[in-house]
Amino acid sequence: MNNLDSWLFWPDHVALSMLVLFFLLTIFLYAARWPAHNVIMSVCHLAGHSLRFAARWLLLTAEGLRQRNKTVLLAHGQTEITSQIEREFERVNNIVSREMGEYPAMQRKVMDEITRIEDDYSKCGEVPPPPPEWVDALSSIANLKSGGDIAKKMLDNLHKSVQKIHDKTISEYRRSYEGRHKILKALMPIWRSVDKTVKNVDANMVNLTGNAKSIDAHMARYEEIRAKTDKSEHTLAISAFVQLGISALVMLIAAGGAFINFKLIALPMSEMVGASDYITNSLRTSDVAALVIVLMEASMGVFLLESLRITHLFPTIASMNDQLRKRVMWAALILLLILASIESSLALMRDMLIADKAAMLHDLATVQPIVSDSLLTHIPMVGQMVMGFVLPFVLAFVAIPLEVAVYSLRTVAGVVLVMLMRAMGFVLRFMAMIFSRLGRILLNVYDITIVLPLMVERWVISLRGSAPAKTSDIKSRSAS
Amino acid sequence: MKYSKYIFLFLLVIPFTFIGCADNRMHTNGVYLLIDTSGTYAQQVTKARMIINYLLANLNAGDSLAVAKVESKSFSEKDIIAKVTFDRRPSQANLEKRAFNQKIEAFSKDVKGSAFTDITGGLIQAAEYLNEANPGNKTIIIFSDMQEELGKGTVRDFPIKLTGIRVMAVNVTKLSTDNTDPRRYLDRLAWWEKRVKEAGATEWSVINDLEHLDKVLVSK
Repeated sequence: MNNLDSWLFWPDHVALSMLVLFFLLTIFLYAARWPAHNVIMSVCHLAGHSLRFAARWLLLTAEGLRQRNKTVLLAHGQTEITSQIEREFERVNNIVSREMGEYPAMQRKVMDEITRIEDDYSKCGEVPPPPPEWVDALSSIANLKSGGDIAKKMLDNLHKSVQKIHDKTISEYRRSYEGRHKILKALMPIWRSVDKTVKNVDANMVNLTGNAKSIDAHMARYEEIRAKTDKSEHTLAISAFVQLGISALVMLIAAGGAFINFKLIALPMSEMVGASDYITNSLRTSDVAALVIVLMEASMGVFLLESLRITHLFPTIASMNDQLRKRVMWAALILLLILASIESSLALMRDMLIADKAAMLHDLATVQPIVSDSLLTHIPMVGQMVMGFVLPFVLAFVAIPLEVAVYSLRTVAGVVLVMLMRAMGFVLRFMAMIFSRLGRILLNVYDITIVLPLMVERWVISLRGSAPAKTSDIKSRSAS
Repeated sequence: MKYSKYIFLFLLVIPFTFIGCADNRMHTNGVYLLIDTSGTYAQQVTKARMIINYLLANLNAGDSLAVAKVESKSFSEKDIIAKVTFDRRPSQANLEKRAFNQKIEAFSKDVKGSAFTDITGGLIQAAEYLNEANPGNKTIIIFSDMQEELGKGTVRDFPIKLTGIRVMAVNVTKLSTDNTDPRRYLDRLAWWEKRVKEAGATEWSVINDLEHLDKVLVSK
């Protein structure tokens, strides 16, 4: 209230004082109208231009970043596709060298078998029985004009001879058929062998066709990447998102395994480093030690897979000569084995500590519980030991999703960063536009406060007859 | 890759470098249990064993525990029945807890009632022990009816110092006179609260239901 009084000319006459104050203020604002307009417009223009400049910089940087991301993404995709194509060619090479390398031998075998089949087939040809000679003799006898008993006797003798020959011919005929059947029976395995060989060739051809299609698909993608099309960039970016999601899921599962691992060894570690030691207010030394053991196991796993060339996180290991790389692999494997053995023994110690505490609590209890020493009580202990030994090796495989996550995270982070920069650029541009409009609004608001002098001015100008010129002048100032 | 062996060594050494980095005392509990053995209250010792068992079951490695009796003149180390600061290793701590329990068992079989009750002397002795042990959380548990009776010549009407110590009265039984006039019981508790707070104690509480012993220890 005192502050208000200090502004009043006549504190006893507040209304009058306020009126005079308003009058003086109006005169001041009217007098300072053009400089004030200039200041408002300049400030708004400055803010608007600055924001527009920042927005443009952001958008340009985002575009540059996008281009760089695209280059990296395409290069990475190209490397990936190249390795896939190499792998496919390797498979084709394997098939060709394994199967087609044996092709001459196989062809010779098939040809031999076919020749044998043809020979045997020709042997199986049916030999027509010799024409019956007795038919002519019978016809001659039948043409005899007379003969009586002689003819009859001759016919009887002929009948006997024919019968004998017939029996002999039939038996020979059956023998030859039997022989042909035997040849045909012997042909069956050869047929089967030929059939199998042909089917193998067919399967290999199908595999080769599949590989060829796969190579075609990869080559198509490779060509797209080489052409640096937006489609290939989009596909690779989506692939990176999917890979990150999958690897994150797998790593989450691995984190669950690591937590179980940690729980297994946290208690026994307190026996080694002390249960009452703390690093911070809530961080027990034994917990940290257990965590370090788990992380060391994971690290050894990373080194092991790296030295096996399954992952490629460390170029130093990848570029080692084979002998040194094998040494690193054995070192990592031995350390992992040692850590797994330590963890297994710690798991056993955990069980013993829990049993000891339970026994102590039983001692304190007034009623002694029944002690069970059945096989069932040993199962958890054995289970813990096995888990303690196996989990480090399971954790070792976390290197694979880790590698995928590392590579895909770069792409995903780049894409997200570009989107954020573009969004910020849009917001800044929008704000710049608001500032440019705000200047005109503030000019109008300013003029509203001095509406009375302005009306007087217009009236005076109209009296002088130069109103149009002045109005156009005002408009031009406002527009600028 | 020539540095890889150093990396391995570093990873192996890390667990052992963390040992002894921080002030570990602030996480430990120190409990001093005063057991009133005067008059008829000596019969309540079996209940006191419940508290001791609870403490033995819940105190961890590195914690301190002492049990002393309140007699006619309790400001003496002779009144301490058993005291221990548990080893850092849980297995060793369990052995110490068993040994502690055996001492308490021997005491409970041979408890003798005293003529007077010097609670203040016991409190001073407890504060002295806890300040020496210097655990993170100091707690004095008074297992008594809180009726102090001093012998002739025993001087205890001076300010005591219990700075930073929690004080708990457990199993504060009602005397026959309290039943006649409950205000005597309430006044007695109020007097002790005032005395303890004036001495600088951080907390004063009364636990009569031994099912609620979980309030005794500060949760970590």
